[in-house]
Amino acid sequence: MNVQATTQALPPSMMKTALYALTLMVLVMASTGDADAEDHVVTQSNMSFSATDLTVKVGDTVSFSNRDSMAHNVYSLSDAKTFDLGSSAPNTSKKVTLDQPGVVDVECALHPSMRMKIKVTQ
Amino acid sequence: MQPSMIPRLCVLSLFLVHAFSNAETITAPTPPPHEWRLPDHVPYPDGNEPTPQRVELGRMLYFDKRLSRDGTTSCASCHDPAQGWSDGLATSRGLDGKTLPRASPTIINAAYNTIQMWDGRKASLEDQAMGPMDSPDEMATDFDKLMALLGRDATYRAAFQAAYPDAPIDKLLIAKAIASFERTVVARNAPFDRWLAGDVTAMTLQQQRGFQIFVDPNTGNCAVCHRAPLFTDNGFHNIGLSSFGREGADPGRFAHKPIAVLKGAFKTPTLRNIAETAPYFHDGSAATLMDVVEHYARGGDVKTNLSPNLKTGPLTQQDKDDLVAFMQALSSPIPAPIAAASTRVSHLPVAGK
Repeated sequence: MNVQATTQALPPSMMKTALYALTLMVLVMASTGDADAEDHVVTQSNMSFSATDLTVKVGDTVSFSNRDSMAHNVYSLSDAKTFDLGSSAPNTSKKVTLDQPGVVDVECALHPSMRMKIKVTQ
Repeated sequence: MQPSMIPRLCVLSLFLVHAFSNAETITAPTPPPHEWRLPDHVPYPDGNEPTPQRVELGRMLYFDKRLSRDGTTSCASCHDPAQGWSDGLATSRGLDGKTLPRASPTIINAAYNTIQMWDGRKASLEDQAMGPMDSPDEMATDFDKLMALLGRDATYRAAFQAAYPDAPIDKLLIAKAIASFERTVVARNAPFDRWLAGDVTAMTLQQQRGFQIFVDPNTGNCAVCHRAPLFTDNGFHNIGLSSFGREGADPGRFAHKPIAVLKGAFKTPTLRNIAETAPYFHDGSAATLMDVVEHYARGGDVKTNLSPNLKTGPLTQQDKDDLVAFMQALSSPIPAPIAAASTRVSHLPVAGK
């Protein structure tokens, strides 16, 4: 009720601006994918990933943040997602979007004892 | 000179003498915390606890040339205790004297590795043990012939029964026994170890300076890959060897994991007993430890696809000499290969198994 009252109170020029803003918001949301997509942060420190298992939803992103004093790498050759984020210098972060359901085995190519699994669900 | 100046000059001269003497004999650094101490317990996988009987069986097999197709090669041919458990060659020799593409890695402390071989294609010592026997270029074992031999040899039959009671003699059992023996080849009594344990005289001052350079990320930066406590990160790095620039260069780890950073990358070797295992690098291209240090000091030779962790700061000739001296302090006497050496081996999970 209050919304309707407020809308009725808007002058035509402001109404036009509001519609433009609404359209822009819809476009931005459409261009960035699922509005519910979440970004999960995994840190790399002391030669380990901060999680050994992680469950995310299709469309979510995972950011890998290198907190070690040496460079790392993040890659997967899994059927559910094949990617290579290249080398990450200390204090940098790289991100991957998981766009298919399945299990993604993630490893550091430089230090293969650094491993984790990401389960991507619908 | 004014008489009032004399006390001031005395103080100044004392200060200079003190400063000079400090420069000549630097204060010995406090031994670093325990992270450099080799773990007491040698890991082994489920189902292959290295009992003395298994170690003894593994010792017999390790030195037995009859395991090879032509009866000329045993495990010890390329991993010889007298050659630092390597072979002293730039790259190894295989069947019929064939030159193999890579150097023989030492098996010293290989028990602690979480991944085996220069390219990491084997996960455990058990997996690795069968590699040369299966390879047509190396031992090329005729397993039908070998099983017949082991089955009719009373000494072997008794040793297998003692080690793995009632288990059929097969490739897996041979691999398990050899791996059990290799888990006793442990280096843990070097001057460096004694220094860590508190004996400040175990390493010379030059060796102590070398250690400081070794771990300093702004100079040697060696420990970024030759990490505590194993002197390896169990990782893979392209270190810019000139052989990587040749046509048909060995792709190393990339052949098994096609990730860009792994092209020309090889496993970081341990530096334990490194003074005994010349020549160095996977292609045997460095004759001496100083050659190795010089390689890193100039940032490698072929600088495409270098490991992002290959960053050595400026090194003086003194720094280089100190680093070499430090690496010479990493040699332990390893007990003669006897079954009793298994007493230190304890069960810990092995990654990848």
